[in-house]
Amino acid sequence: MSSPTTSAARSSRAMPTIKLKAQADRLAPWLALLVLLLVWEAACRLLKLPSFVLPSPSAILAATQKVGFGAWSEHIFATLRVTLMGYGLSILIGIPLAIALASSRLMSRTLYPLLVIVQSTPIVAVAPIIVVVMGAGDLPRVFITFLIAFFPIVVSCVTGLLATPEELVELSRSLGASKAREYRNIRLPYAIPHLFSALRISITLAVIGAVVAEFVAAEKGLGYFINFSTSMFQVPQAFAALMMLVVISLALFHLIGLLQKAFFPWSLPKAQH
Amino acid sequence: MSAAAPNATPRPNISFDRVSQVFTSSDGSEVVALDNASFDIGRHEFIAVLGPSGCGKSTLLRILAGLVRPTHGQVSIYGSPVDGPRDEIGIVFQKPTLLPWLNIRDNLTFPMRHKYGRVTAQEITRGEELLELVGLKEFGNKRPDELSGGMQQRAAIARALLHDPEILLMDEPFSALDALTRDELSLELLNIWTQRPKTVLFITHSIPEALLLADRILVMSARPGRVQEIIDVDLPRPRSMETLTEPRFNELANHIRRKVFSRHADH
Ligand SMILES: Nc1ncnc2c1ncn2[C@@H]1O[C@H](COP(=O)(O)OP(=O)(O)O)[C@@H](O)[C@H]1O
Ligand SMILES: [Mg+2]
Repeated sequence: MSSPTTSAARSSRAMPTIKLKAQADRLAPWLALLVLLLVWEAACRLLKLPSFVLPSPSAILAATQKVGFGAWSEHIFATLRVTLMGYGLSILIGIPLAIALASSRLMSRTLYPLLVIVQSTPIVAVAPIIVVVMGAGDLPRVFITFLIAFFPIVVSCVTGLLATPEELVELSRSLGASKAREYRNIRLPYAIPHLFSALRISITLAVIGAVVAEFVAAEKGLGYFINFSTSMFQVPQAFAALMMLVVISLALFHLIGLLQKAFFPWSLPKAQH
Repeated sequence: MSAAAPNATPRPNISFDRVSQVFTSSDGSEVVALDNASFDIGRHEFIAVLGPSGCGKSTLLRILAGLVRPTHGQVSIYGSPVDGPRDEIGIVFQKPTLLPWLNIRDNLTFPMRHKYGRVTAQEITRGEELLELVGLKEFGNKRPDELSGGMQQRAAIARALLHDPEILLMDEPFSALDALTRDELSLELLNIWTQRPKTVLFITHSIPEALLLADRILVMSARPGRVQEIIDVDLPRPRSMETLTEPRFNELANHIRRKVFSRHADH
């Protein structure tokens, strides 16, 4: 008889603790970051580390301000441009390549070894050669970015295309539908979840690719700026650029997740939609 | 049965004529998936195919569906040889294989959109009727993963019925479901088949299921895959769960069980 009231009372008491726990979950990483920054700052001051060894967070902040908004946005824009162009190219080439590999045994026999060779080549070492061959301008930078970012897209897309249930492919064949329709209406959508996990990895690889390319040949961009700053012993501003790269990478990574959620909510694991 | 009455033996609409299928497996050895199968299926007959796994049941279905060309022999539908997929056929597989990105309504009409690139108003109306027929009227807007396995399989059956096929092929359609859902769907299938008569080829592992549904049962044995016996199920229709308690039902079940186990004892 009394159970409804007591259980209600219990649940209302239980609610705040659950909320508190959820909040602690959300705050914990930020708190950890704050503690890290404080320890970092304290260590730099107490040990009197010179700024070219390890600049303190406050020194990095000061350098960030000194460089100024105009210069930063120019560098960030340049890096983002190369990143996104290289990434776009990876998708534009990666997906059709995956379709070719998945649909034909001959193609996969011929192309897979080549792809693996490209993937096993240290792109950082090849980058200067690419610049020499392709000359100045965006082209070599976009190409280097593409080389670093495209492989996961191809591999995951092939996996997804081949993971399509055999029965569905038979259904498609029993309808007399063409191969092109089978790929467009069934296999490609089936590859979406696989594709997106690769797209998230590849976007961060594309940022790395753009920076590598800018190390080798550029007059703008965060990679160029880090290279330039360290050569002038301006380590605090190099650190500032590094942090911006981290933020850009994280933001892009997150953005891909949001795009997946917006356009392909069904492709997310059950708990997330 | 009553072969004396001329109307009771309609012209067969499916005929298997000495059909064999040999596969070469990856190690080079040959597997006889189907050995010299000959039988006829009459119009609107419900045929169950029963046998242990690997005895060639799916192969038989895929040959009939025009998905596989038999190594020897010929299958004809309405007297014309099967040389590819045809419009008269609808297929239901063991797994529902609905498309996860489409809601149930769009899944039903997917074959049309997939084949012709568009869906007619008539097909949409038919889709709604079928949703009601399989008891999914309220679930048209749901995605497959929001439905239970049984409901998904109902949707798959409705999808196979959308173009009103003359022939329905079902490859262990209920074997992934729990026993209760299975019985429920078996009865519903009987109901659908009574309302819209079709020629059905229904593959199953379950003797009671085969007896409950079929006019005749093709009992198969493995290695090589052979049609061992064709059994007339002379249980009266309409059938229901009560049918399972009839003495004749047990007689037939025991007969089939003996057939199946006598083969197993050979190994
Ligand atoms: N595409 C194939 N290639 C090689 N062997 C196959 C192929 N399809 C089926 N088989 C073999 O043929 C035999 C019958 O298979 P199947 O018709 O699927 O049996 P069932 O459906 O009765 O379990 C099995 O031994 C299977 O391994
Ligand atoms: Mg099978």
